[in-house]
Amino acid sequence: MLTTLSRIIKYGILGFWRNGWLSMATIAVMFLALMVFEGLFISNVLTKAALESLQDKIDISVYFKTSSSEDEILTIKKELELLKEVKNIEYISRDKALEIFQKRHQGEEIIAQALEELKENPLAASLNVKAHNPKDYEVIDAFLKKESYGEFIDNVTYAKNAVVIGRLNKIIDTVQRLGLFLTVLLAVIAVLITFNTIRLAIYSNREEIGIMRLVGASNAFIRGPFVIEGIIYGLISGLLSFAVIMPIIYFLAPYAKAFIPEINLWNYLISNSFNLIGYQLFFGIGLGIFSSFVAVRKYLKI
Amino acid sequence: MIIFQNVSKIYTNHKDTIALDDVSFEIKRKEFVSVVGKSGAGKSTITKMLIGEEKPSKGRVVFGDYDISKLKPKELPRLRRHIGVIFQDFRLLANKTAYENVAFALEVAGRSQAEINEFVPQALKMVGLEDKMSNFPKELSGGEKQRVAIARAMINHPDILIADEPTGNLDPINAAEIIKLLLKINELGTTIILATHNKDIVNDLDKRVISLENGRVSRDEEKGKYLLV
Repeated sequence: MLTTLSRIIKYGILGFWRNGWLSMATIAVMFLALMVFEGLFISNVLTKAALESLQDKIDISVYFKTSSSEDEILTIKKELELLKEVKNIEYISRDKALEIFQKRHQGEEIIAQALEELKENPLAASLNVKAHNPKDYEVIDAFLKKESYGEFIDNVTYAKNAVVIGRLNKIIDTVQRLGLFLTVLLAVIAVLITFNTIRLAIYSNREEIGIMRLVGASNAFIRGPFVIEGIIYGLISGLLSFAVIMPIIYFLAPYAKAFIPEINLWNYLISNSFNLIGYQLFFGIGLGIFSSFVAVRKYLKI
Repeated sequence: MIIFQNVSKIYTNHKDTIALDDVSFEIKRKEFVSVVGKSGAGKSTITKMLIGEEKPSKGRVVFGDYDISKLKPKELPRLRRHIGVIFQDFRLLANKTAYENVAFALEVAGRSQAEINEFVPQALKMVGLEDKMSNFPKELSGGEKQRVAIARAMINHPDILIADEPTGNLDPINAAEIIKLLLKINELGTTIILATHNKDIVNDLDKRVISLENGRVSRDEEKGKYLLV
């Protein structure tokens, strides 16, 4: 059993080496296919980050009448927090609002004077509400329209932003659906190309397979070396594509950052490199094994 | 040791072709039998049936304890390790050296590395190729290739060696060498079945001849001659 296994491995490596050109061509195709996978992986990371940063910028603000007390506002906040759609709520008291306002208009004499003249803080307290999903703002807005709140709430910004939020929702939906479609499409193409390449490599060995059968080799003994070759293809093309993608990401990362400030592609790659390599090898080797296994079967009938 | 019992083979592709029609014969241990006939007479079908590549449409093919006509594809490898085969087109593994081609037959039988190291050089020496062990088939002449094939066929000490037109691609001198080798193997105790349409070879052999005509046995004589027109 062990001698058989070691012979299978030996012949796998030998076959890989002696069919040099064919092996190179197969690896080149698998390498390109894996680059497509990798490209998909990274573009998914980017779109996800872009969409998240967009979603994060959406919120609705609830402005309270200056007559509402802090207690009343906090009660409403608590009630809001009970909604499952709400992600978080930031309370901005009247004092805090004033502080923010002053900071924003620092060094503007007229505004400072105007505030002084008023004596009283003219700014309203507010709640900044963020939802888990941009689609949930409608629900939150409806909740805030409750009659009992009318006496405290001055206005809710949803109405103003509804159109923008709606449009964003549509964009996010489309991008996600398109991304999924492209991922599936390109993945299928990559798998088919790899499968066919390995099939062709084995097709060129069909006579050998027949001869092996005639000499009395068992199917496992014939198939084994091809599967080993498939594993080698996957291993090399997986590592190669990772080695190539690293410098590409390194150079692209600053551009991605300019586009989406929240993402550091390079750090992301480094911290996920094990995952990424894992996926690569899994896909590469898995495809190699599967394709070899299926392709040899056809020629084992003698 | 080998029994063909009322064997018929009909290929059903576009229209039915009768390759063998009710063929019966028996081959005893250590015999040297030539199966002769024109192309299409059914020689190859007989050799293919012996190694389980084709199944009879009717009748039985028995080899020792094996009823070949009833073997499943999975059981074929074990049968084939008891039968050595050589072909007109040599059928060597192109990306393996002469040594590896011979060793392969031992490896598939699960023999140890020590045995391989011992037997393979012996077998190649027997066929006179000890100095071409690490050559690939494309670096060998036709006669040399056929001798590698014989070494491979004999390495597992098969009970029977089937030679399907072994001299078809060889010049007369090389062909004579191969036949000499087959006779030597036969003297050492291996049953030989030689399928050929080479009249001179058969007539020089002076051994048993089974003649096939249109899928039927037309003659079966000890010390026979190739008498077909």
